[in-house]
Amino acid sequence: MKSGSNLEKILCAGHFAVTAELGPPKSVSAEVVYKKAETLKGYADAVNITDCQTAIVRMSSIAAGSMLASRGIEPIIQMTCRDRNRIAIQSDLLGASALGVKNLLCLTGDHQKFGNHPQSKNVFDLDSIQLIKMVKDMRDEKKFQCGEEIKVEPHFFIGAAENPFSEPFEFRVLRLAKKVKAGIDFVQTQVVYNVEKFSKWMEMVRELGLHEKVFILAGVAPLKSAGMAKYMKNNVPGMDVPDKIVERMTVAGKEKAKEEGVNICIDIIDQVKEIKGVAGVHIMAIEWEEIVPEIVEKAGLLPRP
Amino acid sequence: MIVGERKPMQEILDMIADHKKIFIAGCGTCVAVCMAGGDKEVSILSSAIKMARNKENKPIEILEQTPLRQCEWEFVDELKDKIEACEAVLSMACGIGVQTLVERFPKVIVYPAVNTTFLGLPEEQGVWSERCGACGNCVLDKTGGICPIVRCSKSLLNGPCGGSQDGKCEVDPEVDCAWQLIYDRLKTLGKLDDLTEILPPKDWSTGRDGGPRKIVREDMKL
Ligand code: SF4
Ligand code: SF4
Repeated sequence: MKSGSNLEKILCAGHFAVTAELGPPKSVSAEVVYKKAETLKGYADAVNITDCQTAIVRMSSIAAGSMLASRGIEPIIQMTCRDRNRIAIQSDLLGASALGVKNLLCLTGDHQKFGNHPQSKNVFDLDSIQLIKMVKDMRDEKKFQCGEEIKVEPHFFIGAAENPFSEPFEFRVLRLAKKVKAGIDFVQTQVVYNVEKFSKWMEMVRELGLHEKVFILAGVAPLKSAGMAKYMKNNVPGMDVPDKIVERMTVAGKEKAKEEGVNICIDIIDQVKEIKGVAGVHIMAIEWEEIVPEIVEKAGLLPRP
Repeated sequence: MIVGERKPMQEILDMIADHKKIFIAGCGTCVAVCMAGGDKEVSILSSAIKMARNKENKPIEILEQTPLRQCEWEFVDELKDKIEACEAVLSMACGIGVQTLVERFPKVIVYPAVNTTFLGLPEEQGVWSERCGACGNCVLDKTGGICPIVRCSKSLLNGPCGGSQDGKCEVDPEVDCAWQLIYDRLKTLGKLDDLTEILPPKDWSTGRDGGPRKIVREDMKL
């Protein structure tokens, strides 16, 4: 065991894992965190806590994660390179580990241009791949990035995100290989709506044998409306929503949109589950966390191990 | 070259509002090429200021001159008489030119009329774009000759990030994704294998992060 986290145990035991995502509030409200967390309890093996996602100021990921841990729900802390340099990241990771956090997702981070402080400075001292390597060296070599020794080192189960749908497509798998080489243990992918393209990507993943080196969790997210599907299709860089999905949402109409969104999500889970090398799903229902139990249940993923 | 853009008229008028006689100093090198502060721009700005001030019934007297370069002692020395004949200088050079005047003429007020924007090149008539961030430790040998430090919005050394789509960057559909360009170029060169190598964290201390920089060449000193 590298971290001894619940997620690591479940994946190593060969179970199909379920992770979910929780967006901390834009306030100090602990209640919001606890309420969202309670709805996910028993339905997800671990829960990602976003790190000021889309560059909008929110409660710190580590603080919210530690609150979750205190209620017996395992957090996956997200850490981006946008807001902290290597000094701040390592410092925060020591603190997170001391608070009992065991899973870490290493991300580059969204550019601040689209957040609520577009005039801020960004950091990007490291990129996600360098971050992964740094965290791995902290764990396995007991060393800070500068090479100095760490007396008591943090033990993280190290994850990364990868987007099978962004470009250059042929390079995406090679970039995953770079992340594997840098030291990840698991990957959560960008939301899959285009299962065909995702399968193709997985085929390339298998060709390089990467599915045997790391656990791959396919990202899924329930759509709420036809409008949301269209918006994601046209306006979110790196998002691939096929026409037939948009059509299913349109045909469902306003009344039944949410229901159809959940159905599509379950269909996608069913399909990706059958793809060789997929070790679990990562359900992203930000600001709709309460739908996760229904999805997990209807997808036949209960009870959780 | 250094690329800049003239500041908005109102900002310039506000800066010089209290003066009755100023000297506009252009620069005949970079900012002349990017049409922000050369000879021609100096005379256009001068007339525009005079017109605006006449309209307010607060006429202003303006002297003009454009040395070959405003960032070298020998060229700014040519401006001495005009500078001393005025209350203040409005410099149309880059930030370096402004500071060269400040250092050479410590008692004179110098205002910047140009926003120094980046180090780049004229891509085509009327279009300039950034190419280098003067990081002090060039990595172009590793990235197919395309700078990831300033041409990638996140300065990634192991890109591209997940936001790259249709060859464009997530921050702006008008901006090329540097890592797509790097990928394409290495592919053309048959050197895609280079990209499987992980580039380690950069030593930023050779850049601005290390504090103000200075090069001293003992072999060149007099
Ligand atoms: S790597 Fe550094 S020196 Fe080289 S072009 Fe980019 S910013 Fe300039
Ligand atoms: S889209 Fe390309 S240029 Fe933009 S931040 Fe990502 S890698 Fe850099």
